[in-house]
Amino acid sequence: MTVLKDTRVTVVRAGDVVVKAHPEDTDEAALTARLRAAAELPGVLLPPLAVRAQRVAGRLVTLWPAGEPVDPSDPYAAPWEAAAVLLARLHDVPTGGLALPPAGGPARPARAVALLDGLDGAYAAPAGVIREAFHSLPPGATVTGPGAGRLTHGDWHLGQIVRYDGEWLLIDVDDLGAGTPAWDLARPAAWFATGFLSPDLWERFLAAYLGAGGSAVPHGDPWRELDVPARALTVQLAATAVAAAGAEGRPLDDVEQALVSSCGRIIRTAPQRGRVRPV
Amino acid sequence: MRCPKCSGSMRTYDRNGVHIEQCENCRGIFLDYGELETLSRVESQWAQQQYTSPPSQHGGPAWGAPHHGQRGHHQQRSWVGMLFSS
Repeated sequence: MTVLKDTRVTVVRAGDVVVKAHPEDTDEAALTARLRAAAELPGVLLPPLAVRAQRVAGRLVTLWPAGEPVDPSDPYAAPWEAAAVLLARLHDVPTGGLALPPAGGPARPARAVALLDGLDGAYAAPAGVIREAFHSLPPGATVTGPGAGRLTHGDWHLGQIVRYDGEWLLIDVDDLGAGTPAWDLARPAAWFATGFLSPDLWERFLAAYLGAGGSAVPHGDPWRELDVPARALTVQLAATAVAAAGAEGRPLDDVEQALVSSCGRIIRTAPQRGRVRPV
Repeated sequence: MRCPKCSGSMRTYDRNGVHIEQCENCRGIFLDYGELETLSRVESQWAQQQYTSPPSQHGGPAWGAPHHGQRGHHQQRSWVGMLFSS
């Protein structure tokens, strides 16, 4: 048995089966709807072994076939195109018949920013920049709701695809729901905007998404739809990273500093109307 | 000159080489022949000055880092973890 993850969720692999214990506050009806959606979308989402969660020691637990994750050693070799095509297919699914809750993406930035509250005073300056960037987001940008009403993953990154039975599939339905699909492209967009993701990898990903008929962004001007969710994801990434540095009691590394710098630029380029200044 | 709409008296302004007659009563504006084209030309010159070349084929945000993808390899190693986690 191998423990794959032990954070808010616990993921354990035993042979060909992956067992996932969901967070304690998980809504069972929402999780069941999400499991059913995964079971009904072969070729897009990894199907669960059972469409009902079980309760073990108070936690909801789901069972999945074990897939092969992306090799983290070489980002260039990662299946960017396959991932983009999966997201394009996901965004093409009408949510009408699936009775899904709203996608979880927009709720995440506020949760991440709240992690800054308990930090030592040594992190006050970066935490202040991140909070101001969060408050500069347009009103309503980080409110959970059905958004554009399209099927949206809600927490996509390269750890959220596995190869199973010869094909790449999306995993992790915890934030799956009706939403604004540009949020699923917002994390790589934030990596690109902060200077981590090279323009050629970003272009490969975006071109594959658009080439597969992806509907989240317009062909000519993808940043029209990406700008706000990518700002929000940058704030979320910065808050998560600075909170992690704070928890370890170490100075910010280059990556964390670059994310805080991005937050500074987000504040300086915020539309004035949406800007809330601390009094 | 009288305003063709309300017959109020019109006053001439000169803005960047463009003659503009404005009615002091209804604030309506009268442009001479060719002056609308001059305004459009000035506007597009201004827009071009504001426009900076995009960092990639599909552009980038106004708040993007100045040097996309120009980070050193040691930095790349440390951000790779972020690619794979929430």
